[in-house]
Amino acid sequence: MPAVTTFTIPYLQVLDEHGRLDAKKDPRPSREVALRLYHGMVRAREVDDRLLKLQRQGRIGTFAPTTGQEASSCAPALNLTDRDWLVVSFREAPAQLMRGIPLFRIFLYNAGFEEGNEVPEGSRTLPLAVIVASQALHAVGIGQAMNLRGEKDAAVLVFLGDGGTSQGDFYEAINLAGVWQVPVVFVIQNNQWAISTPLARQTRAETLAQKAVAAGIPGIRVDGNDALAMFRATREALDRARSGGGPTVIEAVTYRMRMHTTADDPKRYRDEAEVEAWKAKDPIPRFRGYLEKRGWWDAAREEALVSEVRKEIDDSVKEFEAEAERLLREHPDASFDHLYAVPPAALKAQREEFLRRVRGEA
Amino acid sequence: MAKRNMVEALNLALRQEMERDPSVIVLGQDVGINGGVFRVTDGLHARFGGDRVLDTPLVESGILGSAMGMAIGGLKPVAEIQFDGFTFNAMAQLEGNVSRYRSRSRGRWTVPLVLRFPYGGGVRALEHHSEAREALYALPGVKVVIPSGPRNARSLLVAAIRDPDPVVFLEPKRSYRAFKEEVPDEEEVGVIGQAQVVRPGTDVTVVSWGAMMRPVLEAVENLAGEASVEVVDLLTLHPMDVATIATSVRKTGRLVVVQEGYRAFGPSSEVVAAVLDEVFWDLEAPIQRVTGYDVVTPYFARESLYLPDSARVQQAIRKTLNP
Repeated sequence: MPAVTTFTIPYLQVLDEHGRLDAKKDPRPSREVALRLYHGMVRAREVDDRLLKLQRQGRIGTFAPTTGQEASSCAPALNLTDRDWLVVSFREAPAQLMRGIPLFRIFLYNAGFEEGNEVPEGSRTLPLAVIVASQALHAVGIGQAMNLRGEKDAAVLVFLGDGGTSQGDFYEAINLAGVWQVPVVFVIQNNQWAISTPLARQTRAETLAQKAVAAGIPGIRVDGNDALAMFRATREALDRARSGGGPTVIEAVTYRMRMHTTADDPKRYRDEAEVEAWKAKDPIPRFRGYLEKRGWWDAAREEALVSEVRKEIDDSVKEFEAEAERLLREHPDASFDHLYAVPPAALKAQREEFLRRVRGEA
Repeated sequence: MAKRNMVEALNLALRQEMERDPSVIVLGQDVGINGGVFRVTDGLHARFGGDRVLDTPLVESGILGSAMGMAIGGLKPVAEIQFDGFTFNAMAQLEGNVSRYRSRSRGRWTVPLVLRFPYGGGVRALEHHSEAREALYALPGVKVVIPSGPRNARSLLVAAIRDPDPVVFLEPKRSYRAFKEEVPDEEEVGVIGQAQVVRPGTDVTVVSWGAMMRPVLEAVENLAGEASVEVVDLLTLHPMDVATIATSVRKTGRLVVVQEGYRAFGPSSEVVAAVLDEVFWDLEAPIQRVTGYDVVTPYFARESLYLPDSARVQQAIRKTLNP
């Protein structure tokens, strides 16, 4: 039988795991941009380490570690302009930080405070989504609002995970994205594991990028641990979206180096040898090698960066703990805030009763 | 008899029902090799294999929708959804199909499945991991069961699996490992649709269910000598055992209802309405409700301030005694 259609999925890798550069594909970021990206990646790794320590000490709650996914999270976010939107799921702290979400808010969120979700005024960034893949539809809606309102030169970047690609919301989102030709870039963090479910048990498809084919939109697979490849793929997709070229699905092939969340024990289902093998593909030293070859980086700068970041983290932890203490003392009734534009009378009465009780007056 | 916590008791129910009936299968995310995120299905994959303990992709609607197909196809699926907040992705299947398939097919096709998931707060979890929304599942054609301790969790899960209709089985995650009870190895089958008077009394009736039973019993303990409190554990939310509640309130003349979730349109409203229908003239004091507030489930830093506790229950009991 003749084929009605066939497809190919391109693969982009610029800097391989041995640090070999494919010069023809090098997006050649400026020194300033490259160093900002590297700073974001190192900062995210250090934040992840600190979050894990704080969790083990009982100072924050359960959180979703990001170690190993710094390139695939930071590089797309770095390419955003202030006019673009960022829509994240729950394992995207590196992108949130790159976007300018204050570090102490990340700590506050993970310590169980609604205030951790606050986005700086003027920033087109949504609070993180926990309901898997639900955010993909919101991104499409924002993109369609741009289409309908005639807003040009802006795009939406949305992150989801490999597990998320099984959800109905994901299929609905890419289908709508194709039908409406929205300026949305989907980045699928294929970190190989959805809690205990390996990719091979998540889908029979050879790639996640090819799911775009069914929606009639371009899909590309990228080495997610290659900061240059992620930088280039997302820059091109965002440029296309901003100029009316429609949506793109980018599958970032990466690895969840740590547990799903701190409530999870991957030793029950995952071979440690697999984790060891991925350590050799770590995105941070790989990108550092590139910077060194370009003469932009050395051991002294590395040392200075790490100590600067750790100092910032120390300060942010102090800031967050002081804020957490203040919020509990001064604002126990935060859950009554922001439910409606105008609070109904019955809710006001509940709030008063709540406050009397919490203050020991009732 | 062996002392077991609720996780172990539920695991025992699943294991024994799977041994007893080869058509019973388990499906859900991470229920197999990982044994479930709360370990309720621990060891079942090793014992029964991947054809009876199915690890699914990340698909809540798919879990419930395919479980319904399996039920029609001759199996007895016990489907797990990982957390309360994720069940809403499956609500279209529950409302649109599972609840009404016996009716739609005029009795030809039935859906003997169990949808089980952990619910409620108190474990310092992330958003969508601490919801108490039990009234939302109380649809015509569906039974809603909420155990309160290891022993009734085990016997009611057995009953749910053997029930000819779909049962939504909410497990109070705060009680999963909080305490142990004697749970015999020998078969015990609970009765769905039957509330239990867990403590007799004469002055006031307290009705509650699930995770709230512990603060209720603590409050009653604290009031020993002051008030004789009769405590009713609903166990089945829907259809509600109004007769047991009415008999108790007829005797005591006073009622307190304790509900973890937000106040509006919750099960406590239904309890109060049923009591007003049945025993209005026997009431001696206004009914008291202890509930959550009408807010989005608070994140965990402040959740203990919002969750009903024994102090609030005590206060409500005193209020009905001294109106």
